[in-house]
Amino acid sequence: MSEAQWLPIVFVGLMGLAVLLYAILDGYDLGVGILLPNDNEQQRDTMIASIGPFWDANETWLVLAIGLLLIAFPEAHSEVMRELYLPTAIMLAGLILRGVAFDFRAKVALENKRTWDHIFRIGSLITSLSQGYMLGMYVMGFEYTAQSIGFSILSALGVTAAYAYIGAAWLVMKTEGELQVRAATWGRRCGWTCLAGIIAVCAVNPLVNPAVFEKWFTFPFVVAMGMIPITCFAMFAIVDRVLKKVPLPDDFGCWLPFVCAVIIFVLCFQGLAFSFYPYIVPGKIDIWQAASAPESLMFILYGAVIVVPVILAYTVFSYRVFWGKATELKYY
Amino acid sequence: MLDTFMLSRIQFAANISFHILFPTITIAMCWFLCYFKVRFDLSGHPMWMRAYRFWVKVFALTFALGVVSGITMSFQFGTNWPGFMETVGNIAGPLLGYEVLTAFFLEATFLGVMLFGMGRVPNKVHTFSTFMVAIGTSLSAFWILALNSWMQTPTGFEMRDGVAHATDWWAIIFNPSFPYRLTHMLIASGLTAAFFIAGLSAYRLLKGDEKKAPRVALKTALIVAAILAPTQAFVGDLHGLNTLQHQPQKIAAIEGVWHTEKGAPLVLFGIPDEEQQTTHYAIEIPKVASLILTHEWDGELQGLNEFEGNHPPVAPLFYGFRIMVGVGMLMIAASWLGCWFWWRKRELPTWMYRGLIAMTFSGWIATLAGWYVTEIGRQPWLVTGVLTTADAVTTVPNTSVATSLALYLTLYTVLIIAYLRTLLVMSNRAIELEEYQSPTATAIQSPVMKAEAKA
Ligand code: HDD
Ligand code: HEM
Ligand code: HEM
Repeated sequence: MSEAQWLPIVFVGLMGLAVLLYAILDGYDLGVGILLPNDNEQQRDTMIASIGPFWDANETWLVLAIGLLLIAFPEAHSEVMRELYLPTAIMLAGLILRGVAFDFRAKVALENKRTWDHIFRIGSLITSLSQGYMLGMYVMGFEYTAQSIGFSILSALGVTAAYAYIGAAWLVMKTEGELQVRAATWGRRCGWTCLAGIIAVCAVNPLVNPAVFEKWFTFPFVVAMGMIPITCFAMFAIVDRVLKKVPLPDDFGCWLPFVCAVIIFVLCFQGLAFSFYPYIVPGKIDIWQAASAPESLMFILYGAVIVVPVILAYTVFSYRVFWGKATELKYY
Repeated sequence: MLDTFMLSRIQFAANISFHILFPTITIAMCWFLCYFKVRFDLSGHPMWMRAYRFWVKVFALTFALGVVSGITMSFQFGTNWPGFMETVGNIAGPLLGYEVLTAFFLEATFLGVMLFGMGRVPNKVHTFSTFMVAIGTSLSAFWILALNSWMQTPTGFEMRDGVAHATDWWAIIFNPSFPYRLTHMLIASGLTAAFFIAGLSAYRLLKGDEKKAPRVALKTALIVAAILAPTQAFVGDLHGLNTLQHQPQKIAAIEGVWHTEKGAPLVLFGIPDEEQQTTHYAIEIPKVASLILTHEWDGELQGLNEFEGNHPPVAPLFYGFRIMVGVGMLMIAASWLGCWFWWRKRELPTWMYRGLIAMTFSGWIATLAGWYVTEIGRQPWLVTGVLTTADAVTTVPNTSVATSLALYLTLYTVLIIAYLRTLLVMSNRAIELEEYQSPTATAIQSPVMKAEAKA
């Protein structure tokens, strides 16, 4: 295979990895933001403390994902960005609001703290909703018909529910006592919504995209791919049972819902990726048409091969430093 | 209503101007923090720790604003300037990619440990993390300036079918204007942070804060500024010479040289008039511009008449440059005077404190002015000689761009007010706090702090 053939595949893989990691990592911290309760300041403090050291690095995966799209598939990047111009702007506004609210809340005069908490929640919500909407539009091939807008709104709600779900699972793992029990309740509610959303997407996607339909429902695949929804449902069931039992004796298995939620995210992502590969803009541009020049891709690949493992290593280091239940955040 | 092109330009300028306010502080402030931390590690004196703690909070807030506005930047290229990526994406892409891979992850990951990890990791690891963040922010400046300099003075590529292809990465990164621009920007950041620290410390001292921490911070900032300010003037001069070589039309506009002439005067001030091709009310020093730029009293300077229809608008460059240099001169004066007083009396007269407070954000003014000179000076080109700005613009309808622009402008106004107010609140709060020998400060002196982890 020539460079021009395999490089795009490598890069679409890298980009997929970045998107997936972003969805999981920023997913849980956006989820925590969405769940922020109105009535209990101390719980809000703990919840925010649980994501404090991580949110910045989590968001960097978005920068990498969009960067890789830009670097490796500039044509697709232009196309997607043009079609999603306004939702992108709104998402950015949401990201800005929540990113700064997180810091302002700890530093402003006390009477303003509540306001920034509100902003944090609203920013998280705006971000999740617009990401879901964009996903919906992407799946529908950027058509602005009533049908596809309806679907995109559904997808916005689904993604938001999914983020809240993984956020709740994160809280069950990182907190204790009353808050943990509360998080478990949130998690169960979001779980059902999320499941409904996934089913809806799975049903609509093959129906509107004949190519996807063919892919999923031809013989060897239908068996292998059938495993995805089945495993997904199993995960939801396990999480629901565990959450029902919170507080768990000795906190045994408090990490289980989070791990299951991650698996659900991975599977759903797999499903989507499988549906569209090798297209980068569904039905329009495939990865080879959109790819940049091989010499540019090679140049960045050398770096990526060296740097990505290092990034993963210090990410692991950072999670180990803040292992265990979240404690009050202090700047020293 | 304005068309998509103008709106996109305004939006880009607004976004990057807002963004750069924060990096220019954080890039250098992180090195200040490293210094405070190392001084504390070596001496164990709590005032260094207190200085660190106050400024690390300011740093965290500034950094957060830098991150979120930066994320907006990375979407800008695609949303508003698709032609940019389509034409020079093969070059710009990898440079941006390396910035994310080597710089952003480094700073973002170690930031968590730097801000919240003290007490959870051994002290050495904490100091190390602080250094990692500092290296990350500087690396990020390295990559983005490599790209920006390449857009000014492109080398190491060839055009095939209207698309730029890289031929020599070394030449692309170390393009002719890059070393100058990087040095000038890093020093600009050092000056911005130094005056920022000096200003807020002066505010605390003037308000009767008797602690030692603001005093050492002020002293450190003054010394750094006194060293960097003259260096910046020197580096800026070299930068100008380099620009003369590669973008003579920019220098002609900066200096207001309308017609090619020998022994051109240095125009200190005046009102350039592009229509009549002259500078009104000019206050000039004969022959000095030629001397500075060619090192000869009678050296020849190319005038704007040689670049008709292909040179940037004169007024913004002319004024912008004078604002930058003016602030630079003010910085030299303020920092030297400050150091002199400090050396003689160990404190500053009240008017000097007031002056430093007034100069808290002087770095922002000079940095923005400098960037405007550089960027407007490149017009009508986006990438000199390769791509014009007009060819790069998106086809998104102008109503969409107007909406997003309004959204950003509103957000930025609110945020900048919130930021400034919060700085004030934080300083006032720091004044009220008692100077105390905090238990953590002593504990930190013990090398291993694992035992504290749960506290
Ligand atoms: C000379 C410095 C400089 C300049 C000219 C720019 N930036 Fe910047 N940027 C930084 C210096 C910096 C920084 C110091 O590295 C920041 C500021 C605070 C921070 O977190 O990192 C940053 C943050 C930052 C982030 C967030 C990184 C993170 O998640 O940690 C992004 C995505 C960008 N920038 C992107 C850009 C783009 C696309 C620019 C140009 C058009 C740009 N920046 C100009
Ligand atoms: C950090 C400080 C910066 C400031 C204050 C700044 C400011 C500006 C301004 C004022 C313009 C508009 C010029 C005009 O249209 O007349 C502009 C244009 C532009 N700059 Fe910068 N810039 C900065 C850095 C960068 C960097 C680092 C890059 C890319 C690597 C960049 C890329 C561009 C592009 C693509 C345009 C074209 C859009 C336009 O003309 O409006 N800029 N910049
Ligand atoms: C004191 C004498 C100074 C001189 C002679 C000087 C000279 C220059 C020149 C010639 C340029 C334009 C380069 C080009 O685009 O071709 C420039 C840009 C710039 N200046 Fe200055 N400068 C001075 C002081 C300062 C100060 C005090 C600051 C900030 C604290 C500053 C910040 C900048 C920035 C951020 C840019 C744009 C980025 C770049 O091109 O490096 N300058 N300066």
